[in-house]
Amino acid sequence: MTGRTTSTLGRPPAVLVVPAALASVFLVLPLVALVLATPWSTFLDNLTSPEVLDALRITALTSGLTVVTCLVLGTPLAWVLARVDFRGRGLLRALVTVPLVLPPVVAGVALVSALGRSGLVGEPLRDATGITLPFTMTAVVIAHTFVAMPFYVISVEGALRTAGEQYDEVASCLGATRWTTFRRVTLPLALPGVVAGSVLAWARSLGEFGATVTFAGNYPGATQTMPSRIYTVLVNDPEGARTLSMILLLSSVLVLAALRNRWLTTGASA
Amino acid sequence: MHTRLRARRVTVAAIATLALLPLAACGADDPEGSDGAGTSAGADLDGSITVLAAASLTGTFTELAEQFEAENDGVEIDLVFDSSGTLADNAAQGAPGDLLATADLGSMERSEPVQASDPEVFATNTLVLVTPAENPAGITTLADLDDDAVTYVVCVETAPCGTLAAEVLDDADIDNEPSSLERDVKATLARVVEDEADAGLVYRTDALAAADDVTLVELDDDVADDAVTEYPIVTLDQSENPDLAQAFLDYVLSSTGQDVLTTAGFGTP
Repeated sequence: MTGRTTSTLGRPPAVLVVPAALASVFLVLPLVALVLATPWSTFLDNLTSPEVLDALRITALTSGLTVVTCLVLGTPLAWVLARVDFRGRGLLRALVTVPLVLPPVVAGVALVSALGRSGLVGEPLRDATGITLPFTMTAVVIAHTFVAMPFYVISVEGALRTAGEQYDEVASCLGATRWTTFRRVTLPLALPGVVAGSVLAWARSLGEFGATVTFAGNYPGATQTMPSRIYTVLVNDPEGARTLSMILLLSSVLVLAALRNRWLTTGASA
Repeated sequence: MHTRLRARRVTVAAIATLALLPLAACGADDPEGSDGAGTSAGADLDGSITVLAAASLTGTFTELAEQFEAENDGVEIDLVFDSSGTLADNAAQGAPGDLLATADLGSMERSEPVQASDPEVFATNTLVLVTPAENPAGITTLADLDDDAVTYVVCVETAPCGTLAAEVLDDADIDNEPSSLERDVKATLARVVEDEADAGLVYRTDALAAADDVTLVELDDDVADDAVTEYPIVTLDQSENPDLAQAFLDYVLSSTGQDVLTTAGFGTP
């Protein structure tokens, strides 16, 4: 395929190829260095230590729950933004995507202000039910969802817009209610975007650190995710931190590879 | 043609920006260069140094640096605050810096390869218990932490304040686990100030700096001995201005420097 492109369009210009090669080296080199610097002799011992297993379990659980929350809440939001015409839609879209550009630590501070036990919503919640969110795994999922959902919503909204409204209209002409249309027509057409958005949200959740330690805290077995653990360990054990980074890198690559084989091969949007 | 023109304009803008960068740097250097020539008081001190200091020294070292600059024309002290371990590791890897001050001896050891002298202890600090100003959980002694309903936070054990906290909790047989291990003492204090935790173990200096935002509870005498940490300071091999570095180190150890430290709640070595 590359051969045909070359013969009809001419050789790729060096002006593009050289920076492209530089960009590739720039992105790959640190990962290669990480692989080389990982103390492989102690890798297995590190991998099976109770703290690391705890952190892995919490990371897997919270990133999975984050994706589920995005699917349940983010999909309707993306649909509203793509399909319902209302005043302030542009403003709403801008507001819900703000977490994309917010430094995660600021996101954490904002979450404490809202849902902390003396927060805007947190205090009435505590007074009424006795429930406090910080320092719980729920808080980890909330922090992850806050930073990951915008990625998901943008991805799905894009897919909904690309799919267009004409099939919805046809379904409606044939007598389908709007809910049926959404379920049977709109959503299946936007599925590549839903999958891509889920992967983005999952990846964002996997690496999330700033908002998590700020809002949910950092305690092994309760709220300590892999990135929190890496940061904690890095302070006095860079070797251990490299091992942990390698574990996180390997597990995310494995999951992405598995997903790619299952779903992403046809979805160009990924 | 059109695109090429635009590309060139972008290039020109980029070159202009790059060209301005050294100018900006010159601007920053200028005052030292011109002032340093004639006016340094007594000892021939001029130029600038960077001091890497533990987070818990933020208030006092800022004050000491300002005083030192005021007393010595043309001298500039840049301060970098972070957790002791991070600073020591960065220094050992050659990070620019002239002096290193950590919150414990253990972190200091990790900068051993780049130490230009023997570390000197210039202050001590003690762990205390703090609660939010209103003390919602009614905490009056360390033993009150041993209740599942109490939410408290300490530093992570990789930070000096966390090592101390772990010893203190162990000494006092507290079985209720902390709700969170915070990355440094400032983060621990913030949890208490924000009323997210009923209590926290922080340094006396941080508790005093937070003033009315927290209520200070002294630790019992039987655990207080384990709750003391020593702050060492050292000059670094990579210093480009060892004379000035030594002068500031002496200033920290002088009676003026010690006054500033004790006023903030530090103990004398």
